[in-house]
Amino acid sequence: MATKTTNQKAWLFVIPVVLLVAFNAVIPLMTVVNYSVQETFGDNVFFWEGVKWFEQVLQSERFHAALGRQLVFTSIILLVEIPLGIAVALTMPRKGPWVSVCLVLMALPLLIPWNVVGSMWNIFALPETGLLGKGLNVLGFDYNFTRQPLAAWFTTILMDVWHWTSLVVLLAYAGLCSIPDAFYQAAKIDGAGRWAIFRFIQLPKMKRVLTIAILLRFMDSFMIYTEPFVLTGGGPGNTTTFLSIDLVKVALGQFDLGPAAAMSLIYFLIVLLVCWVFYTLMMKDEVE
Amino acid sequence: MARITLENLKHSYADKPENDDDWALKHLEFECADGGAYALLGPSGCGKTTLLNIISGLLRPTQGRVLFDGEDVTDFMPDRRNIAQVFQFPVVYDTMSVYDNLAFPLRNRGIAGEALDKRVRLIAEMIDLTDTLHQRAAGLTADGKQKISLGRGLVRDDVNVIMFDEPLTVIDPHLKWQLRSKLKELHQQVGTTMIYVTHDQIEALTFAEQVVVMHEGSVVQIGTPVELFEKPQHTFVGHFIGSPGMNVIGCELDKGKATLAGTPVATAPVKNEPQPGANLEIGVRPEFITFAKSGIPVNVVRVSDTGRFSIVETKHKDQSIKLLVPEGGIIPSEAAHIRFDAKHTQIYADSRIIT
Repeated sequence: MATKTTNQKAWLFVIPVVLLVAFNAVIPLMTVVNYSVQETFGDNVFFWEGVKWFEQVLQSERFHAALGRQLVFTSIILLVEIPLGIAVALTMPRKGPWVSVCLVLMALPLLIPWNVVGSMWNIFALPETGLLGKGLNVLGFDYNFTRQPLAAWFTTILMDVWHWTSLVVLLAYAGLCSIPDAFYQAAKIDGAGRWAIFRFIQLPKMKRVLTIAILLRFMDSFMIYTEPFVLTGGGPGNTTTFLSIDLVKVALGQFDLGPAAAMSLIYFLIVLLVCWVFYTLMMKDEVE
Repeated sequence: MARITLENLKHSYADKPENDDDWALKHLEFECADGGAYALLGPSGCGKTTLLNIISGLLRPTQGRVLFDGEDVTDFMPDRRNIAQVFQFPVVYDTMSVYDNLAFPLRNRGIAGEALDKRVRLIAEMIDLTDTLHQRAAGLTADGKQKISLGRGLVRDDVNVIMFDEPLTVIDPHLKWQLRSKLKELHQQVGTTMIYVTHDQIEALTFAEQVVVMHEGSVVQIGTPVELFEKPQHTFVGHFIGSPGMNVIGCELDKGKATLAGTPVATAPVKNEPQPGANLEIGVRPEFITFAKSGIPVNVVRVSDTGRFSIVETKHKDQSIKLLVPEGGIIPSEAAHIRFDAKHTQIYADSRIIT
């Protein structure tokens, strides 16, 4: 038997990656873990508290309320943006000079920074001066997003739909473009109607990109912070205080670092869990 | 089942075709008999897929008419023409089972219940898919998927024609043969008119009763495989069919007698006098040339042994002439004489046969 040469020096090549991952993921995360199980009064003096903060967060009504609002918000976003995105993608041309026009128009909202989007919509929706706010009031609707919770929700959702539906459109469009013509021709020959073509050709072929679209929109909308913060500041009252707005209030407003750390970890685990469950379910069929 | 007539057909993909090159199909006129097995054979870009799409109704011809059993269907969409098509790459509905795939065309036409079930099972039996009937179609191999495509055509018992657009492209070589025999068998079983598009001469010649050879947008010959082999109507057919292809050698013609740089050559009798100034050529297949004591003087240039016979490349002046010598035959080493089989030696004027 030939003896293998062993040379462990190759491990040195891994060091840059280890350092990179350590500094941008492991160390920050472990700092949060560190805070979540201890009490601190500054000066790097820590007292062990075990799972006290976790219990406190999980039992707090404030957290439940924020989580509830967050879940409702994300559900509405997904229910509106995914079907709307598919519908827009289906109407977009597949050939000709209009393709690039449509693509650029679609990509525009995605290029605008979050806080700019928030400011834009804030100005746009102001009941006294904004085009949308003033317009609605002229038309006879009593609309004031700084005072009415329903109006605040409506505006926030409209803003997110405006900002992010394009992403779903672009992904769905990419999926549609990858379907060879032969499929449509075969469907014509088989006598399939418009709905059957969508149900049995377009939707299955878009499945992978839609999975990505849903995951991205879930994660982004579940972690949304800047836009509602700029638009409504979480108000009126607490009605648009979503999880991350609440978290920032706890961490930086009240400087309760322990509970804030525990809340961060719970938040993180919820996102992770939902994504994992969703992805596993969507990909179950592919494996068989 | 139907007789298909193509009348005065022309097609161009350009909006305003100006010169000859703009036409993908240049004047086509032929008829497929009811229940026949046809092959459209030609190199890539000769217009065969265009023609197929015109017959199926996916394309509307720029000019001319398509008739099914005498009825003008030029303006009909594919579903109204009642045809079936198998594409180059297998088209299956991924999320459906094999059974649902086969049932799909029937369900779309309002057939349900026992009639549907019986028909689907019968077709599945014919194409050997009974065992996988309840599997997801996405999980099948390429040849299985291609069988589903075929099955979706066969399942409607009233289809006018089934068309195949190079259906064996993605099939493994050892399965190609199998699937091809299956197709032929199915054709005899169901008797539907079938049109098979391919650039592979072996596929065309083994599948079809009539082969339509296309070249640059025109049909150059329609005939049985034997006719294409023994009497190519156009030098292109001679080149394209056969391996190696027909020898085409420039010649002169005087009072119906051909001469090759002064050496007289016996050919089939000339039927049409060529136009004065036409480019004259002799066409003879390597199979019909033998070495002889006297005849056309040549030099042997190269010999390639293919097993059952050798391909011998010779030169007469600067013209290359290939011939086949069966295994064990004697091949002269340098200077020799060859003789053409007169019955199978044709003369072409401007590439068209005149003998």
